[in-house]
Amino acid sequence: MSAKSTTAERARASAEPGWVALVCAAAWLVPGAGHLLQRRTQKGIVFLIVLPLMFFTGLFLNGRLFPLELSDPLVFLGAIANRGVGLPYFLARLLDLGSGLVTAVTYEYGNTFLMTAGLLNFLIVLDAFDIAMGRK
Amino acid sequence: MASHFLLLILFALLVSIVFAVLLRDEPRAQAKLGAMMLGGFVAAAYVIGWLMFPFPL
Repeated sequence: MSAKSTTAERARASAEPGWVALVCAAAWLVPGAGHLLQRRTQKGIVFLIVLPLMFFTGLFLNGRLFPLELSDPLVFLGAIANRGVGLPYFLARLLDLGSGLVTAVTYEYGNTFLMTAGLLNFLIVLDAFDIAMGRK
Repeated sequence: MASHFLLLILFALLVSIVFAVLLRDEPRAQAKLGAMMLGGFVAAAYVIGWLMFPFPL
């Protein structure tokens, strides 16, 4: 067994749990912030622009922000996806947006944009986590 | 804005950008992957849409 450690292993050993948690929390709260904190500026800026744009397009298309209702599993999953985008979600709730208009022809499109923005941000948080752990 | 096709293209564009930037590090590789994904999404939606055309609602 070789005593040599790889670059990834050395970086992982030096990754402080507090820093990793901070990166993940920031990445969830502000899309792209996890990458910006780790000097992946180009990626961070793209995420910072694209995800809120996608989320607010969903609101513009009369999509709905689902409530956390355990009695209806699909609504519950939709609610988790909605919350994935972080700060834009809370901003929309604060402004009383996202009530959804079921009769609008773009209602389902709006829901798709809203949920996809949150789910993509979950992937971005995982990517930021991998970078913080030295895996990328 | 109620054009389904335009909304489809906008959705495919935004998803392609995120995946391309997430999966590639070089701008040139990102652009190539993003363009391929966008083309794939739009073409697949178009083909599947026509395949579903004969089916009743």
